[in-house]
Amino acid sequence: MDYGTIQGIITIVVMFTFIGIFAWAYSSRRKDQFDEAANLVFSEDELNKGSGEHK
Amino acid sequence: MNHSQPQGADYNYTVVRQFALTTVLWGIIGMSVGVLIAAQLIWPQLNFDTPWLTYSRLRPLHTNAVIFAFGTSALFATSYYIVQRTCQTKLFAPKIAAFTFWGWQAIILSAVITLPLGITSGKEYAELEWPIDIAITLVWVCYAVVFFGTIIKRTTSHIYVANWFFGAFIITVAVLHIVNSMAVPVSLWKSYSLYAGAVDAMVQWWYGHNAVGFLLTAGFLGMMYYFVPKQAGRPVYSYRLSIVHFWALIALYIWAGPHHLHYTALPDWTQSLGMVMSLILFAPSWGGMINGIMTLSGAWHKLRTDPVLRFLVVSLSFYGMSTFEGPMMAIKTVNALSHYTDWTVGHVHSGALGWVAMVSIGSLYHLIPVLYGHGRMYSSNLVNVHFWLATIGTVLYIVSMWISGVMQGLMWRAVNSDGTLTYSFVESIEASYPFYFVRFLGGCFFVTGMLIMAYNVFKTVKAPKESLPALAEA
Repeated sequence: MDYGTIQGIITIVVMFTFIGIFAWAYSSRRKDQFDEAANLVFSEDELNKGSGEHK
Repeated sequence: MNHSQPQGADYNYTVVRQFALTTVLWGIIGMSVGVLIAAQLIWPQLNFDTPWLTYSRLRPLHTNAVIFAFGTSALFATSYYIVQRTCQTKLFAPKIAAFTFWGWQAIILSAVITLPLGITSGKEYAELEWPIDIAITLVWVCYAVVFFGTIIKRTTSHIYVANWFFGAFIITVAVLHIVNSMAVPVSLWKSYSLYAGAVDAMVQWWYGHNAVGFLLTAGFLGMMYYFVPKQAGRPVYSYRLSIVHFWALIALYIWAGPHHLHYTALPDWTQSLGMVMSLILFAPSWGGMINGIMTLSGAWHKLRTDPVLRFLVVSLSFYGMSTFEGPMMAIKTVNALSHYTDWTVGHVHSGALGWVAMVSIGSLYHLIPVLYGHGRMYSSNLVNVHFWLATIGTVLYIVSMWISGVMQGLMWRAVNSDGTLTYSFVESIEASYPFYFVRFLGGCFFVTGMLIMAYNVFKTVKAPKESLPALAEA
């Protein structure tokens, strides 16, 4: 296999990896999980002192 | 922000406090050295004919102090803080964490001593000689142990996105530092790079640009993904976008280095690759910026009353500006005009002052009251004054360097009809003097802001408990 073919294959692999990551991140099955993750910034205080007061 | 957070709670804040306070100290020192060398470019006699006060020795001191003392201390402080709070667990191996603090300070001090003495390996942003390089590696491995150890013992199921950015920053900086610092020592304080010629240049700028990409960008994006939602009081605009942002950014940054070597001995295809990768890099950069700024949607009114949030949002605006400017400057034809001129210096400071410094300052204004058990900083008005000084200082700096840089580029390429150069090099320097003065002025503004910050931080730390309650929400 010559150098150009290898480069071509790598480009396609990287492209599909990116599409894969995109599809994974935006799949509706993970929405709840990500919403929960996004709120980790706010749930941190509750665990410690039970004072989960947020704006 | 949780205003009733008692001092310390269950988290390990000691090392966070230490790094947070040294960030302010090193910021003042590093930026003051910057103002001094800016003044030396206007008034060269300011080196007082003393070797260790010359521009050539103080310039690396300035860059090392602001990047590795100020910026990296801010990263240590915020990463140790964020990883504990978003993993809801205490720091792993607190003794090793304490070692990273004292070890890092020792490395900074050794830089402060060796660089003015003229001890340097001559590699930009990697000037420190081999014994210090080994010490950096040691401290950095300990940093990784503490950070990833904390992630492993987390009590949450998910690893919050800020930690992904910090993790990428820690791993990549380790790889970059080790590869680029490979050298053959000839004495205790002198070594030569293992690489030669164009390979050495390529390794150097692979390192140099990824120091920008992973230390000055990925690390500070970690800061952004925590403090912007926290200060705005709402979760990040799109968590999904943040995941795509992360993978796209780290996959692309690593290829952009060759744009520092356009029209050099570097193979032409490598230059073109670096240019194209730099252009594509625009997409994830703006994706991240939009994600940060849109977090405020529905909370824009908070900008009117909250100077801390203003720092964070304006830092994102500067980030957007410099990540637009960067890809443009990476285009070879644009680079033919901009390279080696003050435009580059202006671009760097648009990122360094506007993005890195301002997001760090905003984060510290959020962090310090929490660390010392207060609801707010000692004076919100002084935070606001600092905000305006920093913004005006940054704008003065970058606008003067834009004009000066484009002017230099045009003067250098101007030719007469017989093919001779229209201007001598000295004429372009003479033409730059007024802009050097404006730049010096901008620097003075920025440092004044930092001094005000130091006073405000001092008063906050010294304030009696419960004396600084959070202001009521408007």
